[in-house]
Amino acid sequence: MDDLTSASIPPIGPDDHVRGAGEEGLIVYADLGCPHCAGAWQRLNERPGRLVFRHFPVRSRHPRSPALHAAAEAAGIQGRFFEMVDSLYADRGRVDDPHLWERAERFGLDLDRFQADRRAEGTGARIKRDFQSGIRAGVAGTPAVFDACTLVAVREREF
Amino acid sequence: MIAVGVQAPDFSLRNQDGEMVSLSDYRGRKVMLVFYPGDFSPVCGDQLSLYQEVKPEIETQGVELVGISVDSFFAHKAFREKLGIDTTLLSDFEPKGEVARAYGSYVEKMGFANRTLVLINEDGVVAWTYESPNPGEFPGANVIFDALS
Repeated sequence: MDDLTSASIPPIGPDDHVRGAGEEGLIVYADLGCPHCAGAWQRLNERPGRLVFRHFPVRSRHPRSPALHAAAEAAGIQGRFFEMVDSLYADRGRVDDPHLWERAERFGLDLDRFQADRRAEGTGARIKRDFQSGIRAGVAGTPAVFDACTLVAVREREF
Repeated sequence: MIAVGVQAPDFSLRNQDGEMVSLSDYRGRKVMLVFYPGDFSPVCGDQLSLYQEVKPEIETQGVELVGISVDSFFAHKAFREKLGIDTTLLSDFEPKGEVARAYGSYVEKMGFANRTLVLINEDGVVAWTYESPNPGEFPGANVIFDALS
């Protein structure tokens, strides 16, 4: 059984999705169906330094999230991860399958491979690994932003 | 908060379908009571949605997850449908908050329960508790798995 007890977030690894360069940077656990993440994504990208995206889809809150994260991961296999993430956050009203195919074509992806990859077992496992690392770190809402292993930003609400 | 090691107060409340559910119905199984302020609040929605994502792993450990708030069972039904969750929700509606008071979770000045987790073992004894520092924060699911480990 998967261990979901408390643990620090994993250090940045070779298969993390990393944008930018430098020693300093942030790690964000984000949900591609989350409107708050869409707003934060724009601001995070305006910062200098490295930004790491980790998957945190909450299906019951955003039913399309699993499909969107799988699409981003499949685009990433063809080198277009961040193009897909940027596009999904920039145009949140167009997230059905035909819209994903349209994006894949626009980014010059092999559509058959994109389709196969987004449904592949390994894609789901990759997303689940990020999600579970967020659960273990106590992520309780998105976006959750970490500087090194320290949680530095969450949304604050009354109740 | 109710003390660890005491017998958990029994109760009978309506679930989201209007059916009466008693704590004693769970005897022989572990149950995690999730007291929360109210249906449709943003944080409550996030909390129950997050727990839904790991509900299979919680159930694998032989634990039933049960939410309790002061809302009516009609509201519970609508809230479950809105979130797309299948967690049992119990209505601590009349007398309002009576069960939350019995577990030391009720916040009088706010008129609802604070976010509180209470793990009850197979014998009906309180095995572990957690109370959030305020209703705006909820414990991540890791806290539940720590309690079960």
